[in-house]
Amino acid sequence: MDKRLIKGNEAIAEAAIRAGCKLFFGYPITPSTEIMEYLAKHMPKAGGIVLQGEDEVASINMCYGAAATGARVMTASSSPGFSLKQEGLSYLAAAELPVVVVNVNRTGPGLGGLGPAQSDYFQCTKGGGHGDYRLIVLAPSKGQELYDYTMQAFDLADQYRNPVLILADGFLGQMMEPIEFKERPQLELPDKDWKTDGCRGRSKRKIASYALTNEIGEAHCLYWQTKYMQIKEDEQRWESFYTDDAEYLLVGYGTCGRIAKSVVLHARQQGLKLGLIRPITVWPFPEKAFAPCLNTVKGIVTIELNAGQMIEDVQLAVQCKMPVHLYSRQGGMLPTEGEIWEYVSRVFQLTPPEEE
Amino acid sequence: MQNVFSRPKGLTELPFHYCPGCTHGIIHRLIGEVLAELNIIEDTIGVAPVGCAGFSLDFFSCDFVGAAHGRAQAVATGIKRALPEKLVFTYQGDGDICAIGTSHAIHVAARAEKITSIMVNNAVFGMTGGQMAPTTLDGQITTTSPYGRDCNVVGSPIDLPKIIATMQGAAYVAAVSVDSPKNILAAKKAIKKGFQVQQAGLGFAFISILSTCPTNWGLSPVDSIKWLQQHMLPVYQMGELKLPEEGRNHD
Repeated sequence: MDKRLIKGNEAIAEAAIRAGCKLFFGYPITPSTEIMEYLAKHMPKAGGIVLQGEDEVASINMCYGAAATGARVMTASSSPGFSLKQEGLSYLAAAELPVVVVNVNRTGPGLGGLGPAQSDYFQCTKGGGHGDYRLIVLAPSKGQELYDYTMQAFDLADQYRNPVLILADGFLGQMMEPIEFKERPQLELPDKDWKTDGCRGRSKRKIASYALTNEIGEAHCLYWQTKYMQIKEDEQRWESFYTDDAEYLLVGYGTCGRIAKSVVLHARQQGLKLGLIRPITVWPFPEKAFAPCLNTVKGIVTIELNAGQMIEDVQLAVQCKMPVHLYSRQGGMLPTEGEIWEYVSRVFQLTPPEEE
Repeated sequence: MQNVFSRPKGLTELPFHYCPGCTHGIIHRLIGEVLAELNIIEDTIGVAPVGCAGFSLDFFSCDFVGAAHGRAQAVATGIKRALPEKLVFTYQGDGDICAIGTSHAIHVAARAEKITSIMVNNAVFGMTGGQMAPTTLDGQITTTSPYGRDCNVVGSPIDLPKIIATMQGAAYVAAVSVDSPKNILAAKKAIKKGFQVQQAGLGFAFISILSTCPTNWGLSPVDSIKWLQQHMLPVYQMGELKLPEEGRNHD
């Protein structure tokens, strides 16, 4: 077993190499730069290419070109740079090109700071560019998941011909943890019979996203939505932690999901029935995870590193059948287990059961 | 009966949609001829811009990718890096490459990116209805310079080939026109060299082609050609601005 102590960003990069990614186009931005640095060092040895573009706009469009040839390709950035990639992501979604994109979320708006944040949730899950499109968005909560989800992202991208986003944060990207380098799973993936790699021995192909006739435009939109509905049905992923008998739930993804686990364990030690739903896909949002809890859970607290964004998806998922509260820290601050517990126990008036 | 003239194999059977007198059709044909003569149709991937030539991906018989506005050269870079053995070219208007695409134009030359870029310069944004472009001439009336371009306010036209020719990674830079049979032949030669330079792996090849826009200039096709000759030819430096060095070896 190949296990090493490395940074989260490096785990993403190593997974990309082992997933067969052959091209990386990027532009430096803290706290995601180690992804490109690691690949610049190791990808050429694996027969791949790393090219630093003139900016994030160039990088995402280079990904567009490389993906059009059928190659596995990735780019990575952090919030301000991720904003610049939105134009390209809209075109990639429209042209149905499989690209893996990483956003190591830092704080915003504007230049913000370098600390961990989840303030890009809306941008990442609702489509940050123009038009009705969706990215599949995977939200790892620890180093090993950065590796595992990146590996899965390439397969999902090829399976659905859609860009897939790894949504991490500055804390996950910078932290060193022991990572097991698992091998790429052998999956049956569709043939790339759409790729533009020169028309030798076949008729010409084109990849484009325009539809200047409204009727054709609507047909395109309906097709894309059919695909997104399929993804919504088949790809919702989440982790349920002590939810079977839970009376109260925490909901948190990524770093927040990880901290929330300790809060749940703390409550359980006191005999209090607290559980956690940790979304793994934040798009599609795992609404199915909430179905069993709709009539048994008395209240929910979402833990977020923003002013309250995912809470809207939680409220929709529970159909407003119970109160949903927000505990949030912003601007790069992380909550402690104790701070979350203090808030949760106060808002739900939780006291340990009397000793019999 | 002997066939003396026909559609080149580099073009599909689809009739062009361009306005009467627009020179996109001539330039398309020249590229189609070059693709066929060099026997590279099956090994070439083109990248289309946004604008009138956005539909060029239907007119050429090689594989084609449609890019976002100004991004064709970044897209072409991705294709070429993934498939270094294939030939990649971009076809862009002046509004596409000289305004929103400027940074990519500079950087493909800086990187000596082994692609061929063709700029079609008609001194306006065409598809959007004739707005001022970076290439619009001093005093030229457009919908966004209704009193004529005032260089004291908005600066002077960009002569992109001159800029690109200063860059080490640019192996071949030519500025040509399609206003006369003589110039059309010279334009074809330049386009062919642009592809041959890429085949030889020498660096970035850039061909600027002066073109007309009768519709947005508000002139007849014949008067448009005259306007190009009177107003554009004196402003833009013409000819081969940069040639590959003799025996230059980049390997």
